[in-house]
Amino acid sequence: MIAEKLLLPARGSWTAPRRIFGNAQRLLRTHAFRLAALYFLVFAVSVLSVLLFVYWTSADFVERQTEATLDAEITGLAEQYAQRGLSGLVQIVAARSAGDRGDGMLYLVTDPNGVPLAGNIAAWPAGVPAHGGRLSFTTTARVKEQVETHPAQGASFIIPGGYRLLVGRDISDATAFRNRVKITLLWAGLVALGVGLLGGTAMSRNLLRRVEQVNRTSERVMAGNLSDRVPLDGTSDEFDQLAANLNRMLDQIERLMTAMREVTDDVAHDLKTPLSRLRVRLELALLGPVDGSSQTEAIRSAIDEADRLLATFNALLSIAELESGTRRDESEALDLSEVARSAAELYEPVAEEKGFLLSLATEPGVRIRGSRHLLSQALANLLDNALKYAGGGEIQIRVLRGEDRAALEVTDRGHGIPEDERETVFDRFVRLERSRSTPGNGLGLSLVRAIMRRHRGTVELADNRPGLRVRLEFPELVT
Amino acid sequence: MKLLVVEDDHETALYLVKGLSESGYTVDRAGDGREGLFLASSGSYDAIVLDRMLPSMDGLAMLGALRAAGISTPALILSALGTVDDRVKGLRAGGDDYLVKPFAFSELLARLEALLRRGAVTAPTTKLRVADLELDLLTRTVRRRDKPIEVLPREFRLLEYLMRNAGHVVTRTMLLEHVWDYHFDPQTNVIDVHVSRLRQKIDKSFDSPLLHTVRGAGYCLRAPDSSAP
Repeated sequence: MIAEKLLLPARGSWTAPRRIFGNAQRLLRTHAFRLAALYFLVFAVSVLSVLLFVYWTSADFVERQTEATLDAEITGLAEQYAQRGLSGLVQIVAARSAGDRGDGMLYLVTDPNGVPLAGNIAAWPAGVPAHGGRLSFTTTARVKEQVETHPAQGASFIIPGGYRLLVGRDISDATAFRNRVKITLLWAGLVALGVGLLGGTAMSRNLLRRVEQVNRTSERVMAGNLSDRVPLDGTSDEFDQLAANLNRMLDQIERLMTAMREVTDDVAHDLKTPLSRLRVRLELALLGPVDGSSQTEAIRSAIDEADRLLATFNALLSIAELESGTRRDESEALDLSEVARSAAELYEPVAEEKGFLLSLATEPGVRIRGSRHLLSQALANLLDNALKYAGGGEIQIRVLRGEDRAALEVTDRGHGIPEDERETVFDRFVRLERSRSTPGNGLGLSLVRAIMRRHRGTVELADNRPGLRVRLEFPELVT
Repeated sequence: MKLLVVEDDHETALYLVKGLSESGYTVDRAGDGREGLFLASSGSYDAIVLDRMLPSMDGLAMLGALRAAGISTPALILSALGTVDDRVKGLRAGGDDYLVKPFAFSELLARLEALLRRGAVTAPTTKLRVADLELDLLTRTVRRRDKPIEVLPREFRLLEYLMRNAGHVVTRTMLLEHVWDYHFDPQTNVIDVHVSRLRQKIDKSFDSPLLHTVRGAGYCLRAPDSSAP
């Protein structure tokens, strides 16, 4: 499967053997393969060492048991011999050899010529030296009417006078046990290695598949399909997180590009007019008499026009910057009332002069997280609007607290905005006043909305009966 | 007074040099950061007007190198980048004031003059005095011809700023920045009304006005006998 995936990008011009070789090389280079191989290696080494340890401990245990039994038996016989001499030894051997005790003990006492005197072995086993010491030999045993040759272990002794003693133990059971363990462990090892191989492959395949998903998506995005996203499988593991992050990044890029396109369109459509107006003014100044005063006036108005254009440009750039989110976060914990108080204080004299009554009503301790600079600007835009369009009466700034939301309201007593136009006024360059007799660029509310989005808040227009109520809502900062 | 203008755009540089020379300054010009650093290193300038984006060495790097060399000539940074973030970066790099391009020449001149004066400030004062107008920074009181004048806290700060820059033009933007800490220009003439209210209080019942409007530029607080700027 791994190789199959890697086959896909291969080009047909390759000859088959070269392709297989090339793919094998590429397979070796993939991270997934290396990971699988490493996984398998670690798995195999650990399984093998566990199995070897189990085998070694069990074999050693059986061997020790045999040794211990033999030692006990020899000690017992030596005590008998010390107390009762040779005859006592022969007697006890004869007694112990009688009947099948089922413990597999073997005894034999012979005279110096090797003629058996007592014991459960017929004759001194062939090939076993008669000089005493530890030894291994084979013995015959009758099992279910059949004579079998069993391995045995034991020790021989030369008793003074030339008599010989052989004490041994049939170790066929122990050997069988050891063989059984060996076979079991061998099978277990094979199964484990098989599982390891499968696990490694499955792991690498899964890994490769998910990397492949990311790769394909990024290729499609690069090919121009900007709205494509990496599929998530809902496990919220590292790969899901990676995919989610990539998707967020793509969202951001898409948003940036859309914002950029919008700004370009706006600039093309709405800045052309003032630019041509500027050009006409300068042209007229050039045509006019060279007496100075009218030319100075024309130049002055051209500068004003240029200033307005630049202000519009700056506002557009600020909006684009805010909407694309490229601006650095400068937010801090703020008391909304402070922001409102400061703006009210700045605007109060001008409002009074224009025949308004500017009032401030704040609930104490309404705190949010935000940028004082941006919020002051948003509030200033709303106050500018109210002063420009409401005509007179009361303008109120209110700071209040809703259900876990903080709100800042600016209300006036003017004509308000008709319901069907309350959404469009947020678009760039939209001005409801058809005559456009008051100065303004139609970007004030767009900027307010951009600032509110930046603060994860909302801006809503409502009827103040009569007048306009602009409500800015923020997530309240819980302290 | 000797100024250094570091600006790579020929047109803008010409305009700056012309305007500043006409305002009575001796002006040298550098076309890039390296040249600017070389000239400024002499330490013989009273102020530097510095473009932020320059070839070979950008303005902030040049300023950093200059400050590292222990030269503290006041510097005014000119930049097309106008967010608060950019402003803070510029001031942190060692700039003393920051002006966003495009700017009105009067604004540049007013700020430059404020910078040049700042270097001359000596001992911390507790009282500011312009003609017969007196402002006490400790008791926060204003008196003219020994008659107390009631001012609001914000008016006090406005007057303080005007008095500290007495005899020089301060622009509306400068007032917004220093008195209100607002770094944007409202569309309504909010500052004008504040100033005219202040003028009512300090000038109304006296024969010689102190607070003057400078057309197309801003405001100027000056003693009656001193000449117009």
